[in-house]
Amino acid sequence: MLTISNLHATVADKPILKGLSLTINAGEVHAIMGPNGAGKSTLGYTLGGRPGYEVIGGSVEFLGQDLLELEPHERAAAGLFLGFQYPVEIPGVSFVQFLRESLNAQRASRDEAPLSGGEFLKLAREQAALLKMDMEMLKRPVNVGFSGGEKKRAEMVQMGILAPKLAILDETDSGLDIDALRIVGDGINSVMRKPDKAVLLITHYQRLLDYVKPDFVHVLAAGRIVKTGGPELALELEERGYEAVAA
Amino acid sequence: MSQALALPTRKDEDFRYADLAALAPLWPVAVETISVAAGEAGNLAMVLDGGEPVAREIAIVLGDGASFDLRLLNAPSAYGRVAVKVKLGRGASFTLGAAQLAGGDQVVEIVTDVLHAQPDAVSRQVVRSVAGGQATANYLGKVRVARGADGTDGEQSIRAMLLDRTATANARPELEIFADDVKCAHGCAVGELDANGLFYMAQRGLPPAEAKKLMLQAFVAEAFAGAADEERLLEAALAALGRLV
Repeated sequence: MLTISNLHATVADKPILKGLSLTINAGEVHAIMGPNGAGKSTLGYTLGGRPGYEVIGGSVEFLGQDLLELEPHERAAAGLFLGFQYPVEIPGVSFVQFLRESLNAQRASRDEAPLSGGEFLKLAREQAALLKMDMEMLKRPVNVGFSGGEKKRAEMVQMGILAPKLAILDETDSGLDIDALRIVGDGINSVMRKPDKAVLLITHYQRLLDYVKPDFVHVLAAGRIVKTGGPELALELEERGYEAVAA
Repeated sequence: MSQALALPTRKDEDFRYADLAALAPLWPVAVETISVAAGEAGNLAMVLDGGEPVAREIAIVLGDGASFDLRLLNAPSAYGRVAVKVKLGRGASFTLGAAQLAGGDQVVEIVTDVLHAQPDAVSRQVVRSVAGGQATANYLGKVRVARGADGTDGEQSIRAMLLDRTATANARPELEIFADDVKCAHGCAVGELDANGLFYMAQRGLPPAEAKKLMLQAFVAEAFAGAADEERLLEAALAALGRLV
């Protein structure tokens, strides 16, 4: 599904990703762990196409397309979802309007008919219920006045509504209490644990991986993947720390 | 309003940023007078979205306890100027909610002169401007409080959004207060669309023009909140935004 080969990327001319390679197949859940400053968030933003994150070498293929050739909204329409570490507040624009227009823009680019207001609300209600989020919250402006945990939950509701092929979730577990962590974990599993979908979890901690079991765990350090293993690698990291394991 | 036949110059404060060449054929501008009798209420929604240059001068006189709600979409595809002069009686209330949109090398401007002539009157002005290209959007707003007009409550909320670094917004709120017990607040901000918000929206699949339009729609909607004609104004604003973005 996703093949990253020898990716080099800079932010403000500073090299952050330095030859990162990673392959993710449909049906797999991958976790990337690593110390602060290793380039975890940069990887997410670079794949999402955020302005200011410049690719200076390597390639990324996503579902048979050259991902790096696509604009950010085209990447979304191709099936890539980026869950933000810090979801952005957009005053005056309701979630419902924003998501309906987003989804219909994606559908239009795939030659699918737009969802009507009623169809969209039904879908939104189902996905909100899955994440135990009050539908009323989706009538409010995007992320405005939401707590950290509510924002993360709203990210997962959006993922459910947009139904991507690949979800890159950047520290989706940060800011969540224990109950919310379980709800979000269950949400990720029910939306994304499917044979034709894949997940890349970017996280600092093992705890989310108790709920969303990864098939592969990678250690990212200094802009490259330095070690790959199974779920046991996350436990080892938790116990011994990045320095000891990645050395 | 000035009834002088001679075309103003840039030395006239109210015309400092005006497009005088576009104004010349429209000069002198006839004053439209609106009077609201004591205790009465009135409202007007103006939509300027034609292709020709336009200049309007409106004089509003509010009797004691009268109120007037003026909403304005100043979005022609040429020079657009609206000057509003208001005189408030005792306990009168005036609301201005205005949005102006400009692209290309257009100039749009709103010039207000609100006189609190008597005590206990309230004026609220909300102006939202959007300028792209080499366009200029101006707000020159004077609030004057006459001697003895205690209990005056005046507010100006002025914000402008620049879509390009080449666009200009001039915002000049002005207070002239000759009474002691008054509350006059003004806020001014000129900014750009939030880049983080635009990327966030793009990441969910919204093409850049749609994302900008959605953000700008929310921005100008602040000027029309609570208007009797809110829906019609928003629709016209959205159509005008569509030409701009």
